[in-house]
Amino acid sequence: MSLVGARVVRKEDPNLISGRGQFVDDVKIAGTAHMVFVRSIEAHAQIKAIDVSAALECEGVIGVWTAENLELAPLPGVPGLERPTLAKEKVRFVGEAIAVVVAENSYAAADGAELVFVEYEPLGVVTSVNEAMADNAPLLYEAIGSNVVMEVPSPDEHQEIIDAAPHSVSMHIVNNRCAPAPMEPLVCLADYGPSGLTLWASFQAPHHLRNTVSSWLGIAQDQCRVITPDVGGGFGAKVNFTPELFIAPTLSKLLGRPIKYTQTRSECMTEMYHGRAQEQDVDIAFDDEGKILALRVMVYQDQGGYADPTGMGLPALTTTMAAGCYMIPNVSVAWKNIVTNTTPVAAYRGAGRPEASYLIERAIDQIAYSLEIDPVEVRRRNYIPTENFPYATHSEIAVYDSGNFAGCMDELLNIMDYDAIRDEQEKNREDPGKPLLGVGFASWLEIAGFGPPGSLEGFGHLGSWESVQVRIQPDGSAIIYTGASPHGQGTVTTFAQIASDYLGIEFDKISVRHGDTATIPQGIGTLGSRAVAVGGEGVKTASVKIVERAKQVAAHLLEANPEDLTVEDGNFSVKGTPAQTVSWAEVAWTSFRPLEIPEEMEPGSLDTTVLQQVPNFSFPSGAYGCVVEIDKETGDTRVRDMYLVDDCGTVISPMLAEGQVHGGVAQGIAQALYEEVKYDENGQPTTGTFVDYLIPAAPELPTFTSGRISTPTPNNTLGAKGIGESGSVGAPPAVINAVVDALRHLDVTHVDMPATPQKIWRILQGGAK
Amino acid sequence: MIPAKFDYKPASSAEEAIALLAEYGDEAKIIAGGHSLLPLMKLRLANPEVLIDIGGINDLSFIEDKGDHIAVGALTRHRLVEQSDLLKEHIPLLAHTAGHVGDPQVRNRGTIGGSLCHGDPASDLPAVVLATRASLLITGPNGERKVEADDFFTDFWETAVAEDELLTEIQFPKFTGQEWSFQKFNRRAQDWAIVGCALQHSDNPGIGMINMGTTPVRASAAEAALKSGEANSDVADLADDGLSPPSDIHGQEDYRRHLSRVLLGRALDNS
Amino acid sequence: MTFPIKITVNGKSHETEVDPRTLLVHFLREDCQLTGTHVGCDTSNCGACTVLLNGEAVKSCTVLTVQATNQEVQTVEGLAPPDGPYTPIQEGFRQEHGLQCGYCTPGMLMAGTALLNEIDNPSEEQIREHLEGNLCRCTGYEMIVRSIQWAAENPDGIPVEIGEGS
Repeated sequence: MSLVGARVVRKEDPNLISGRGQFVDDVKIAGTAHMVFVRSIEAHAQIKAIDVSAALECEGVIGVWTAENLELAPLPGVPGLERPTLAKEKVRFVGEAIAVVVAENSYAAADGAELVFVEYEPLGVVTSVNEAMADNAPLLYEAIGSNVVMEVPSPDEHQEIIDAAPHSVSMHIVNNRCAPAPMEPLVCLADYGPSGLTLWASFQAPHHLRNTVSSWLGIAQDQCRVITPDVGGGFGAKVNFTPELFIAPTLSKLLGRPIKYTQTRSECMTEMYHGRAQEQDVDIAFDDEGKILALRVMVYQDQGGYADPTGMGLPALTTTMAAGCYMIPNVSVAWKNIVTNTTPVAAYRGAGRPEASYLIERAIDQIAYSLEIDPVEVRRRNYIPTENFPYATHSEIAVYDSGNFAGCMDELLNIMDYDAIRDEQEKNREDPGKPLLGVGFASWLEIAGFGPPGSLEGFGHLGSWESVQVRIQPDGSAIIYTGASPHGQGTVTTFAQIASDYLGIEFDKISVRHGDTATIPQGIGTLGSRAVAVGGEGVKTASVKIVERAKQVAAHLLEANPEDLTVEDGNFSVKGTPAQTVSWAEVAWTSFRPLEIPEEMEPGSLDTTVLQQVPNFSFPSGAYGCVVEIDKETGDTRVRDMYLVDDCGTVISPMLAEGQVHGGVAQGIAQALYEEVKYDENGQPTTGTFVDYLIPAAPELPTFTSGRISTPTPNNTLGAKGIGESGSVGAPPAVINAVVDALRHLDVTHVDMPATPQKIWRILQGGAK
Repeated sequence: MIPAKFDYKPASSAEEAIALLAEYGDEAKIIAGGHSLLPLMKLRLANPEVLIDIGGINDLSFIEDKGDHIAVGALTRHRLVEQSDLLKEHIPLLAHTAGHVGDPQVRNRGTIGGSLCHGDPASDLPAVVLATRASLLITGPNGERKVEADDFFTDFWETAVAEDELLTEIQFPKFTGQEWSFQKFNRRAQDWAIVGCALQHSDNPGIGMINMGTTPVRASAAEAALKSGEANSDVADLADDGLSPPSDIHGQEDYRRHLSRVLLGRALDNS
Repeated sequence: MTFPIKITVNGKSHETEVDPRTLLVHFLREDCQLTGTHVGCDTSNCGACTVLLNGEAVKSCTVLTVQATNQEVQTVEGLAPPDGPYTPIQEGFRQEHGLQCGYCTPGMLMAGTALLNEIDNPSEEQIREHLEGNLCRCTGYEMIVRSIQWAAENPDGIPVEIGEGS
């Protein structure tokens, strides 16, 4: 029985449902001291003085360090825009680390941090890209002379085409700043002893951290071991570098004892990188039939107070994917990266692609409004036909691998009764006791499977391949080691499913190990929906190699030809003579015994490592439909139904794939209706806890209706495209298109996210259109 | 997030708690369930030097029929209020509203007295105390005194309970009318109300409003209109009359005013 | 400045002295070495720290250890004996993929246990309402709802075979 595509309960779960998971804060080492940071309460200020004397007197405090008494290299980052590891002279956002207090326990460290007094001289503050680009705006980096730290102009703005087109629409879109907010904040534990450093960290890419920390510290990589045990969610935010990961090892070395840091939620909300925070000017030109003639996109990416390489790359991802699943003959893109006195911005689930799908799917609905054509029909008229793949886009980065966009929409209309919803919508409008109903669509497409050479190097990674080692144990069980270090994805299960199919070893006899640079071959990490599309392919490649070698051993034992053997359910047998069989256990055992294997073989050869590459990205797609209800009196907006058709190619585990979609969709609905990181005019965060930053709970979210089609990618032999980010890419435009649809009778054409009740109420009052 | 250090003084009786309050004065704070105070202490927005724990005073947790009113001990947890058959029968608005405070975990720990003494205008139960015209028994070094609901909430997060006193009991007159309603408008079920309203419709109707001022407040103009028999929609239009709702990230003043009228209208129609 | 306490955790009595400001969650994690109970926020919003105190779900980050003296605490480690079997709710989360990263899971399991102790067969709406104080960032909650429904429907907690259904 093939396990790829089967419903399999997770190997990860037994520990996690019995309280036996091991997250970093669960790791206890004797002698550990705890560190707590003193963080800036000003968004932009000169540091005039730091008084640590009272903190040093505090019971249990071991020491207090600032940039004055702790020599630290800047964080690895963007050349010319490096972030000091502890703030020097100046702070650029609320939450920036200024001092660190180390104490015997976390309570004493917190007490000490309360007693560090920082004197600031406040400077002018910019909290938005508009403020930052204004004439005479306060500058974050005087030496650069502008808050625009990178500018990529468009070679051709297609102005003539837009001017000459029968129709065009211009939009200014705000993609609201979100906090990734994994349930486990950042935690790290550094133990820097005479034999080297061990660093436990809640991180998505252990080798990336190991390589970076060791070079930052100036020690050899073999002396530096990073362990990422159970990781409580990442969503892209645990793949970038923040000061804690470097200061913990530094102080551990200095003090000769382990140092633990456990981020509080309040710290996490200002210190962990945010996502989105992008504004766009979008022009779309089209003919009388709704066929798109040209698309022009200008992206303004808020980088926050310090530029991160991933953050700087977000507009490239957005503009690459700006045309979505449509044939658009003329696309022009340009962008600016802008610094502001806010938390730095980098990857958050989807990283640049939700911003793309949102702009193009909103633009498509604008065409529908202008021409009074059904939004489904506008989409159909512009889809790239299935026969056009591979499809070269306006961007050199993106050559779409495969897709069936019309097929996704067909399936979506199969699982939702569009006509009935439209009827209900009509009736509800007239009935004062009923909510306004809106229905919205998104035919979304994203770029995933970050694996082709060059795709991650630009974000600072060593490579774009993924490592997989398959090691057969003497009893015929198998251990798979992979650099695709997960944080909830279920990789231990999906990789074991793939390995079981291609090794012919039972699922229960396969373990998957990850998250320890001392035992795992150099890997990359889990980000960009790549674990299955790249690492999973690696499992297959390695398994196939192992089976080839194992067949030589089995053939030797059976006195048969390796080519005549098949392997299934833990046994090798001769094709046509099933009685002639030898177990995997026997083959495995034999493979370690030099006198019993074929002469040309080495003992222990059922062990192989691959660095799996793939030739191109994969492009998961789908069609989502959303039905919202809006309370006519209060503006309260709720998602009533969510219909989800995904096409991620081959599905390894339907249950886990569904889980990934649900989670992404939940975050997408959250972005569209609930979540926004906000600052007041002084750069003070006003959404700094879960009281004010509204992560939805179970009562706020609907039950999802799912469908699926499968268009395998040709870029890996599994045909799997990746699914981790899909929901967060597809849901926001579906929800907002539904919200606007509910308000179309008022001539509303756009509502910025999040669509809060107050915002909707003002529209219902005849306010902003 | 960890509270600052404090001295811990558990009290086994109201008398002992009051004696401790007398001893430590304004350095001390009372803790019952802790669901108003502990979050503030963790954020170090409250740093009492002495914490007097009254959670163990079992005889302050009760719900008793006293003839014309139901007496509820200050230490009665929301959960017990929500489930009390006596309250469901005689003050259904209170039992119902207690089931909407915070979330189940909060309701298992939080107490009615703790919630009221916090004096938070965004809190649910003060609106019920106003709507039901409850009386509050406060015990101090000079004995017991009774404060009417209207005199209890004195300022932002301030109540009539002095630093040396303890709220011990809330007396809810038995509700003899048929109609009552609680309306809470929030984004997430677990959140504080952006605006809320508690209505008891009887000969002397009561309307308590949530998050419509610096203290828990009564919609007096609407009450008077209701008493004089005006139409529901006219009564609802007076929900915010004379009130000064705040503006914050969850709602601007004008939106809160609007919500108060909508919610009171719904309360009247549902009741 | 310590205070004597006596707390029964998962049936085992702990008699010791603590700094009175010690939060129950830290007592469980540090003193009792029961690290299954997690901290996810500072403000009692997320519910990751949910345990049962005298059988009732509470947020152990908002309870002082001294407040729990002479009382009984049950944590996720106390749900099933080490050699199994899982309680129906644990099995339900496994069968219906009610967890991904697993960080919120102990709180969800304890809140769900309290719900099933009160209502044998809760509706979807009741489940969602009961979990209003527990945040999950991975699952979108539907599979958590299904997990609790599974537990309600399978009070004996018997798992289905691997590979069955789709």
